[in-house]
This record gives sequence, C-alpha cells and structure tokens, in this order.
Amino acid sequence: MGPTMIGQGTEASLLVDIVFWVLAVSAIVSAFAVVQIRDLFRAALFLIMTLLSIAGMFILLRAEFLAAVQVLIYVGAISVLIIFAILMTGDVEEGSPSHSMRIPVAILSTLFGALAIFVSVSTDWNLLEPAIAAGQVSADAVEGVYSNTIPVIAKLLIRDFVLVFEIASVLLLAAVIGALALIREG
Amino acid sequence: MTTHDIYLLSPEISMAGLAILLILVDLVVSRKSILTIVAVLGLAVPLALSIVLWFDLTDQAATQMKADFGTEIVTFVVDKFSLFFKFLLVGATALVILASSEYVSKFKNFHGEFFALILFATSGMMLLASTVELITIYVSLELTALPIAALAAFMRDSRSSEAGLKFLILSAISSAVLLYGMVIIYGFTGTTVLADIATQLGGLLDGESAFGGNALLFGVILVIAGFGFKISSVPFQMWAPDVYEGSPTPVTAFLSVASKAAGFAVILRVFYIAFSAEILSVDWSAVFAVLAAVSMTFGNLVAIRQNNIKRMLGYSTIAHAGYLMVGLAAVASRTPDADAIIGPSGVLFYLSGYAITNLAAFSAVIAISNRINSDLIDSFAGMARRAPFLAGVLGFSMISLIGVPPTVGFMSKIYIFGAAVDTNLEWLAVTGMVNSVISAYYYLRVVKVMYLREPIDDAPVGSALPMKLAVMVTMAGTAFFGIYPTPLINLARSAVDVLVS
Repeated sequence: MGPTMIGQGTEASLLVDIVFWVLAVSAIVSAFAVVQIRDLFRAALFLIMTLLSIAGMFILLRAEFLAAVQVLIYVGAISVLIIFAILMTGDVEEGSPSHSMRIPVAILSTLFGALAIFVSVSTDWNLLEPAIAAGQVSADAVEGVYSNTIPVIAKLLIRDFVLVFEIASVLLLAAVIGALALIREG
Repeated sequence: MTTHDIYLLSPEISMAGLAILLILVDLVVSRKSILTIVAVLGLAVPLALSIVLWFDLTDQAATQMKADFGTEIVTFVVDKFSLFFKFLLVGATALVILASSEYVSKFKNFHGEFFALILFATSGMMLLASTVELITIYVSLELTALPIAALAAFMRDSRSSEAGLKFLILSAISSAVLLYGMVIIYGFTGTTVLADIATQLGGLLDGESAFGGNALLFGVILVIAGFGFKISSVPFQMWAPDVYEGSPTPVTAFLSVASKAAGFAVILRVFYIAFSAEILSVDWSAVFAVLAAVSMTFGNLVAIRQNNIKRMLGYSTIAHAGYLMVGLAAVASRTPDADAIIGPSGVLFYLSGYAITNLAAFSAVIAISNRINSDLIDSFAGMARRAPFLAGVLGFSMISLIGVPPTVGFMSKIYIFGAAVDTNLEWLAVTGMVNSVISAYYYLRVVKVMYLREPIDDAPVGSALPMKLAVMVTMAGTAFFGIYPTPLINLARSAVDVLVS
C-alpha cells in the first residue's frame, strides 16, 4: 500500500503506487551504493540518482516547486560541486576505505533502520485523508493549498518564518568568513 | 518585522553587527591590539540592550515578550530565562576574547575574522536561548556550530585541522539525528511551535502508556541524542577530547563554557515547554538521570589517565555535563511536594558557576602554555615559582572544579545535589559525590605538579594586561560567589519561573 495523491480520485492510486515503489527502491538502492562503491566518482553519480528520486517523491506529494528546487540546487549545484572537487583532488580515488568499525556500524545502522520502520508502521499517525473523511478539514481548503504551493511556501518563508530566513543569511555569511579564514595564506 | 520585533532581537542583531564591524576595523588598523579593545567594548552594546530588556520586563510585570513578525506563529520570545543566558554568554565571550588577545598574535593576519567568528557563534547561542520553535532552534544551532568548526581548525596544523573536521562531521551527524527526531515530533503533533506541541500532546496522551505512541518515544530519544552531542554527554561525547586538544585554547574555553550553556538553555526550553506533560517528564527525567550518572563516571575515570591539560579538561567537561544533567533529571513531577523550580534553577546556577571557574582555569592555562609552548601537565612543573599568580589562580579553579569550599564550585554542587535529593534521586546525589572525590585525584595532580615539583626552567612566566584582566575577573567571581552565592541563586530562580508556570 503506497500513498495516494491528495485530492485525486482512486483510479489514479495504482499508478501512484507503482511510481512510489520505483522511486523508493531507486532512492534506497542508490543511497546504499553511495556508501558502498569504492570509486568516488561513481558514488557521486549514485548520489545524484538518490537526489533525483527524492525530487520524484516531492512531485508525488504534489510539491512540484520543492521538486524543482531539489533538482536545481541538489542535483544541479551541489552534485556538480562534488564532482568538481573529486576532479580537482586527483590523488583521492577511493571512497569508503575499510576500517575496523565497519561491522559494528553496519549492525548499528541496520538496527536503527529497523527501529525507524517499526516506529513508522506501528504508530497511529494523524493523517490528512482520515481527517478529510471525518470532516475535520475541508477538502476544498486542502485542494487550495496543493493546487499551487508556491504562494504558501512564500508566505511561510518570508512571513511566518522570516526569523529563520534571516538567521540563515547570517549563517551563510559566517560560513563564508570561516572558509576564507581557513584558506588564508600565511 | 515591526520596530518592536527588532527591539526584542536587538541583542542578537548588535552581536552580529559587532562581528561585521570587527572585520571592517581589521582592514584599516595596523595595530591589531585595537581589535581586542573594540571587541570587548563593543560587547557592552548587546549587554546593555539585554539589561534594558530585563528592566522593561520587570516594569511591565510581564513574564514574556513575544516577537510575532505579524503572524500567529511565535518563533522568538524574550523572558528572564533567555536574558539570564544572554548575560552569561556575553560575559563568557568577553572573557574569551580577552584571553585570546595574546594567542591570536600567533597568526599574522585574520585577527578580525577570528573574533568575528566567535561573535557569530555567540549570536547563534543567544538566539538558541530565546527561540521557541523547532526550525528556528535547528538553524540557530547551525549558526553556533559552523563558526566553531572553522575556529577549531583555525591553526591549520594537523591537530587543529583534525579537530575542525571532526567537529564539523560529528555536528552534522548530530544535526541529522536531531532533525529526524524533530520531524517525527512534527509528524505526531502537526506543529513545530513548542507551546503548541505541549497542547497537542496533552490531548493525545490522555490515558496512554509511557511516552504515548512509539513514534513520540523515538522522536524524544532522537532529540535527546542530538542535544546530547552539543553538551558532550555520554554516549555522544567521543568528539570532545580530540576537539578540545586540537583547537586553539581560547576556542576550547569558548566551547566548554558558551556552547555548553547554550545547549542546556535549549534543552531546558524544549523539555520544560514542549514535553512538560507529567507522564512524559517522569520518563525523560529517568533518561537524563542515567545519562548523568554514566557521563560523570566516564568523564572522571578517563580524565585520570590524561597527560595533556586541555585533554584532561575535555574529559572533565564531560563529567560536568553529567553533574548538570542531575538538574535536568530533578523534575518536580517525581515527587508531589517538591519545589518546582529547584531542578532548572540548579542547572542555571551550576552553569554560571562552572562558566566562571572554567574560564579562570582556561585563562590561566592559555597564559602559561602560550609562553612555555606546551600543554603537557608535566611541563607545568614548579609553575608556583615561575608564575605565582597564574599558578595560584589555576590551583584555585581546580579546587572549585572539585567542589571544595570556599568556591562557587562547592556552592553549585551542593545546590544541584540538593535538587536531586528533593526529588527522590538520592542515588544520583551519592553518585555525584563519589565522583567529586574521584575527580579530586586528577585536579589536585595539577596543583601538586605546580607547587611541589622542581621547575624545568627558572625563567619567570609573565602575561599581558588583557590576560591578567581576564584571570582576575574570573578568579574574583569564583571566590565571591563561593562566599556569597545568594544574588546568583536568586537570579537563576527568577529566570526559570517562566519554565514552570
């Protein structure tokens, strides 16, 4: 059972299911490949694959704007930066060198993953669809939000969470100053 | 953003402004010592603005002023709790800057950037004390962590780079864990505002078992883990000794005092506001009690074996995180007739006492190790003859870190262990006392080396004026609040009123 697209009829749900599972498997398999593959360049390519799958998830959740941002920033900018960094530092060819903590870390992350899955499945989440069915939330209001997310995001970013927006700009300034200080000469 | 919002944010804004000003001043002055003066005098502005806000609160008889930015979502508040931390953070930053004035002459340029990064980190910590919303808390945490990572790597030798990289990676991991926890809590309650989370949980938890749903339990544990990194509590402490040893010593002092204070501020705020439901608080207090006992025991036992004084103080800070978590564990819901504010006010009082003492210790260590170019405890041999004043201060602060009268360390330990006894946590108080005795071994070793061993070299060790000032202020504070702690305790108690009302 996968998620259904909010505001869509049931006839679309099978297609949505298929797309969801394709994206989910591709995201997880490529993420696993990122940490396992020895070749750093290929690992970076798999990272792009993961990020693209997440962008697909955003479309599935009807957050098209976030999907576009995800592709532009993560796939477009950050991944290219990573690949450039790999090309520039020629002597580092192998990623994930083997170390003594490999097995304990593998066990720990498997346990964490299992726990996260168990928690997500066993919890009675406060979902939107039952709330619409029970009449607590009006379907029209939900459709209003999902039909065009850009104004909603804009309002959240520049009005409700304007403080976060401002702190982030100070954070970026501090990061630039820190980076410049670390690459100084002498 | 209205004028009123800017007025409430003014301490943070002036702090970030001062950071930018310092970089500009650095461009035009040739005598770099001017930067220290500008930085320390400039810190009077955020301090003065915080004092104005404090008196404004008292005048209006209000507990809280909210910055709403024209919406109903409250992300930022000013109350006595946040102002208490702002005083503490501005004071600690001023002392760290005084203590680093001599240290920065080790590098030719970029003095302004060094100070600016410290001030940016401080502005993030001040925000942390005031934010009441999960996303704002996360971004403020990043604003404290990124400048500190750059500062840790500032010396750029292999040790310092390792410290910076370790801090950066581990803080990224802990942020990921924290965000995962926050996402789950958001998914469970549908809001990121702390007060609304409490309201939602109040409805959801009716008649349910401990922690309500599994998701909530998982989320709370992940949040504890994420914050545990910031305060270097076991089992999230592995970064602390390496980063403490490798970083420039003033940065180590800043990390151990300011970063820890901000971490506890945000923990108190999140747990006392969002997870205040009685059924929840009994459970997380048990988690903190166990973490407290493990942290202090681990920190003290491993500190015994250290030869490098910065590394030793790194393990000692893990132990002190343990003592501080005793105050977190001492929640009023454990016993029906307990004093509701004794636990949190104990944390605040202990934090300020620890800040003064640890800054005294670090100032003396910076002053000495700067001149003798060594951080090894053995190279402090005979320091009582070479630098009688600095050795005296270092010895006195070691005594305060153990918790022996007449020091503030003694008073704060009595208070926080008293809070544990009041809330039926006698076993934790006993563990704490046993640990204090263990810690005496390695703290007194420093005193023994300085006073009883023959000096390696007879040359006297001097120190510059700003350094002397920092050492004297912290020394005086350690002694004064050790003899007369009442004003500090009263301040701490009035600050935490807002958490329990």
